Amino acid sequence: MLFVLETVISGALAGIMYSLVALGFVLIFKASGVFNFSQGVMALFAALTLVGLLSGTIPFTNTDNPALALPVWAAIPLTIFVMFIVAVLIEKFILRHLVNQEHIILFMAMVGLTYVFEGVGDMMWGSDVKVLDLGLPQGAWDWLFDTHDLYVEKIEMVAAATAAVLVTVLAVFFQKTRIGRALRAVADDHQAALSVGISLRNIWIIVWSAAGIVALAAGVMWGAKSGVQFSLSLIALKALPVLILGGFTSIPGAIVGGLIIGIGEKLVEVFSGELIAAAFAGLIEIDPGVFSATENWFAYVLALFFLMFRPQGLFGEKIIERV
Amino acid sequence: MNAAPNKKANGKAETLLSVEAVSLSFGGVKAIRDVSFDIKKGEIRAIIGPNGAGKTSMLNVINGFYHPQEGTITYKGKTRNQMRPHVAASQGIARTFQNVALFKGMTTLDNIMSGRALRMKCNIFWQMLYYGPAKKEELEHREFVEKIIDFLEIQHIRRIPVGKLPYGLQKRVELGRALAMEPDLLLLDEPMAGMNLEEKEDMCRFVVDVSEQYGTTIALIEHDMGVVMDLADRVVVLDYGRKIADGTPKQVQNNQDVIDAYLGVSHD
Repeated sequence: MLFVLETVISGALAGIMYSLVALGFVLIFKASGVFNFSQGVMALFAALTLVGLLSGTIPFTNTDNPALALPVWAAIPLTIFVMFIVAVLIEKFILRHLVNQEHIILFMAMVGLTYVFEGVGDMMWGSDVKVLDLGLPQGAWDWLFDTHDLYVEKIEMVAAATAAVLVTVLAVFFQKTRIGRALRAVADDHQAALSVGISLRNIWIIVWSAAGIVALAAGVMWGAKSGVQFSLSLIALKALPVLILGGFTSIPGAIVGGLIIGIGEKLVEVFSGELIAAAFAGLIEIDPGVFSATENWFAYVLALFFLMFRPQGLFGEKIIERV
Repeated sequence: MNAAPNKKANGKAETLLSVEAVSLSFGGVKAIRDVSFDIKKGEIRAIIGPNGAGKTSMLNVINGFYHPQEGTITYKGKTRNQMRPHVAASQGIARTFQNVALFKGMTTLDNIMSGRALRMKCNIFWQMLYYGPAKKEELEHREFVEKIIDFLEIQHIRRIPVGKLPYGLQKRVELGRALAMEPDLLLLDEPMAGMNLEEKEDMCRFVVDVSEQYGTTIALIEHDMGVVMDLADRVVVLDYGRKIADGTPKQVQNNQDVIDAYLGVSHD
């Protein structure tokens, strides 16, 4: 029983990591209807930038100069500033020129952007696996292990706390404030938003900066856990089924979706083989090992199944249209 | 629905907006050809004409959605070749749309609050925290919006997403959003289209009240001649993108060109 609980907890915490990436998707989708395929690579790019600044890497040279290395308290704000500059550039060179275009065109632009990020990140900071050391707690949470015999990694608890803070701030920001309202207005109707004097450009810069900050948070958590490397961008794909479950426009949905996927895939990975083998025990011989790599595809199958019954996701806005 | 005929236009009221020799075309299609007219402070100015006459295009030129190829727009004494939506809004031009352009997923309250966008200045830091100045500012504007809600008699639909409301109420919410901008010039694109008689009478009353209580200058496009004759101080008539008449409702009503345009006399 303890083992089941441990599996659930580790699944939930992994799910939170997916949620962090999904959150960035939701932000941009909510405010501009653009499906930002590059969110995962943005997380990678943010983490690379942070590591580069911490270790004094000189961009485009692949050499470190320890004299230029910044302390953590300076490197994080500077990375946030870099993400802001990125947002300004994306607005200026991409979004501004694609106003009122079809969704598929915007989507293709985002696919292009993904590879621009990957290429530029590679050229600026090099492609080797980097260690991200922010002094975040590592290893197991001793107290829980000693008293309850449960193995939970500290870094995952930090990730969960970060996600909780981000979600609370973003939800209040979206629901209660002028800029949040303007974001929703832009998402709803460009022309009407313009007519009340909302500036599309400012809104896009704000929302992409916010997505950049969320990407940084995701990048830091994943990077601290498994090193900053280019496979990080693949997490972005795991965020897709999370979004389908939670709904593309719901911030809480991103979290719940992440939890379901995280817990679900861990449970299936660990227990499905034995259960299925036991179920067919008298009939045919099944090797439980056959079901040992379900973690890679379970999320997508679940998402596919979900689409049949609730295409708008658990928390998505139901599309209302008067005809 | 008997609005006392306004005397404002007859006096020497100041000109708020004037368009001079404006022409607008899309590719080969000429939507507006060499049209000039002015709107005086405080008046209700109607723009009428058959379908496709260029009325909505004209409003789009005034608030900067369309950029005319020729002509100038003088607003509050400043002459421009074209407006920009953001500039128009911040200079006090508000509008409603022919087909209702509301934020359908948002509540009535949020829709009208969005009209306050330009008047709220709190920076993003406080907004992120929704604390201190941001909260105070939000509450102040909320008070103003509640007044508009009372004025338009839509208290009961405050919390309902506007996508779910019937058409007549949506039009009213849209007017509310425009009023929340405290505009100097209010552009109404067919505010009574698709309404039943009762809804029309309500809307007429609101338009007259806005004009009289707040002194807001109003330009409206309307097809219902009864409404136009009752409400408008002056009327400009467009047909095939040209101005064919301009004057008081009475003058326009008796103008032979206008009668021909509405009866569909051929144009060669």
